[in-house]
Amino acid sequence: MSQYLETDVLIIGAGGAGMYAAIAAAEAGARVLLLDKSLIGRSGATVMAQMTVAAAIGEEEPDDWRFHLKDTIAAGRGLVNEPLARILCETGPDRIWQMEEWGVGWARKGNHITQAHAPGHDRKRCVYVDFLNTGPASARILRNQVRRHDTIRRISDLFVTDLVTQDGRAAGAVALHLETGQAVTIAAKATVIATGGLTSMYSRNSASANMGGDGFALGLRAGAELIDMEFVQFFPIGHLAPRLIGMDPIMWDPFRYKLGGRLLNGDMQEFTQNYGAPEDGKYVVTRDAATYAIVKEVAAGRGSPHGGAWLSFEHIPDEDLRAAFGPVIDRLAAAGIDLTKMPIEVYPIAHYHMGGLRVDDSLATSIANLFAAGEAVGGANGANRLSGNAITEAFVFGELAGRSAAAIAPNAAGMDIRDAAAPFLATLEGASGRPGQGPSPTAAIAALQTILQQDVGPFRTAESLNRAIAGITALTAALPDMPTGTQAAFNQQLADWFGLRNMLLVARSIATAALARTESRGAHQREDYPGLDEAWTYNQVLRLQGGEIQLARGEVRRLAPEEA
Amino acid sequence: MDLASERPAAELKIRRGGPGGPVQYEHFTFIFEDGQSVLDALRWIRGNRDATLAVRYSCINANACKECVMRIDGRTGYACTTPLRSGEMLIEPLPNKRLIRDLVTDTLPPDERLT
Ligand SMILES: Cc1cc2nc3c(=O)[nH]c(=O)nc-3n(C[C@H](O)[C@H](O)[C@H](O)COP(=O)(O)OP(=O)(O)OC[C@H]3O[C@@H](n4cnc5c(N)ncnc54)[C@H](O)[C@@H]3O)c2cc1C
Ligand code: FES
Repeated sequence: MSQYLETDVLIIGAGGAGMYAAIAAAEAGARVLLLDKSLIGRSGATVMAQMTVAAAIGEEEPDDWRFHLKDTIAAGRGLVNEPLARILCETGPDRIWQMEEWGVGWARKGNHITQAHAPGHDRKRCVYVDFLNTGPASARILRNQVRRHDTIRRISDLFVTDLVTQDGRAAGAVALHLETGQAVTIAAKATVIATGGLTSMYSRNSASANMGGDGFALGLRAGAELIDMEFVQFFPIGHLAPRLIGMDPIMWDPFRYKLGGRLLNGDMQEFTQNYGAPEDGKYVVTRDAATYAIVKEVAAGRGSPHGGAWLSFEHIPDEDLRAAFGPVIDRLAAAGIDLTKMPIEVYPIAHYHMGGLRVDDSLATSIANLFAAGEAVGGANGANRLSGNAITEAFVFGELAGRSAAAIAPNAAGMDIRDAAAPFLATLEGASGRPGQGPSPTAAIAALQTILQQDVGPFRTAESLNRAIAGITALTAALPDMPTGTQAAFNQQLADWFGLRNMLLVARSIATAALARTESRGAHQREDYPGLDEAWTYNQVLRLQGGEIQLARGEVRRLAPEEA
Repeated sequence: MDLASERPAAELKIRRGGPGGPVQYEHFTFIFEDGQSVLDALRWIRGNRDATLAVRYSCINANACKECVMRIDGRTGYACTTPLRSGEMLIEPLPNKRLIRDLVTDTLPPDERLT
């Protein structure tokens, strides 16, 4: 039997953005339902982030949100939605101070909060929690704050499979309760998509298993628009091998810059000079050049054993290593990694997605009563994100979306959505009666990850993108119309069917937008169209029409000079 | 370097089934390389041998979600931080929590449950 729940504000996804939205909506007087397909506050990107959060709080040196905005716009290569970026930069400090009040414990030196100088920022702007504890501490604090509100109901293991619209408005959702296999209908006056990013769709990623782009597919199917889907950020030297647990896979980059790490191919030879980026004894080749050289060297058959490049710190004196890595050295030693004696293997990994749901300045999507927050939102970072901006974005947009959703809830009529939900429920409810047939969705997800990694990765061509689209089409055709599975309790195959259905739609969105953009800009690099083309200075907007993805051009939103 | 040669094999003996059913163990062999975790093996089984195996995890590498807690060789631990070793490894759900299915037990905080 299915359950029917009602709420003012439904928040889908309980990472930094979803939890912040819940708190803000509750404080504005709304009844909130906060749910996650895994655990509240423990299962997305937020809890995994170990590095920094960017905000112009000016503790380390004088700063102003306008400087932060300038850097954000520059990093975004002409495509930043400037009003959104302004919200991020201007209110970022409020969120940082609020988190401090709540006890997150930003690292301090003496009487001030310390701020690191991360690449792309014009000054020391990035706060963090020691030691490599930024995400876990933030997630813990937000979980605590959420728990203080009686008007926030939290439900874990509830996987939203479809949004329900009625009279052209968002009216709630249907979800699969993983533990029991039960279908749940949720009627809501306002809905916030806070489902995070999509990087687990790539075989090499920094993601948790829950970052499969659900929110983009939910939005598209409900009629909302997406923007900038072609911009997936790859981290140049993600950890590849040996197997390392409990460390952020992007941790090597700051050390490489600080100490100078040598990149070597499978024959232990320097190779970046063959791609126009000599190490010159300094070993600080830029990120994009490193990404390019590694991908090409591996494709030429000269990769390291696991298909990456070697990164070596063996030429650095022991004491310098210890000084730079601090306690990390001991954690690495515990994992059997001695940097004085061995190189490690690295490869570009999918790390963040700039694109997402298209929203206005209140974070409303193009569908009435539907909002978005966090990494699920597109636009604020344009074609390339500045480091530290993603967590700020989760906090700032979460708070704003929660407030916006709560503001419309009193005026929205509570609708009975039983009829509108019925077709979605039918998909969900029949599943456990249908014995497994067709290819396993679990295996198909792996196949899709390989397609995206190989052909929709950091470097693309018309040929690779067309190949990817053909592969996605074949996997889509092979997906059974209905999910199957004979187990009711904790049926991950069923969840995989819904996950795959979403991923296929989102993968098609990325590839279609990437194929259309015949230039190279930021995170979108077309080998057949090198170089930025001014004529392409606009955003691509996607929507679903008759089951097909439609692409349109959208003007980049700018601020008037006096607003920036 | 040929990675495929002389790689060790873990023999996973996994307890299967739901509450109240007969106790069943199934065996899977997984050829691994140094540093790979019990979770790596369980995910490989789901992807390549038996997609019906129930095992919960989210973060895979970060040891942040704490969802993969189970009983490994009779001791409570995280599948993602427990290295594989050659020979038999006994993999079971937590004994002191309500069993949901296979390796999944009810570890949710009570106020986060759908009731
Ligand atoms: C390893 C790693 C390190 C990072 N380091 C940094 C850093 O140092 N600084 C920085 O600024 N950024 C960093 N980022 C990026 C940043 O962490 C994320 O962009 C940000 O945390 C996203 O927050 P969010 O709330 O939007 O999404 P998430 O925190 O990912 O939360 C989304 C939640 O939605 C849930 N969900 C998804 N689909 C559904 C569905 N269908 N139904 C129900 N629930 C669903 C998921 O389970 C998840 O809990 C890092 C990312 C990673 C992966
Ligand atoms: S998978 Fe997250 S802690 Fe083990």
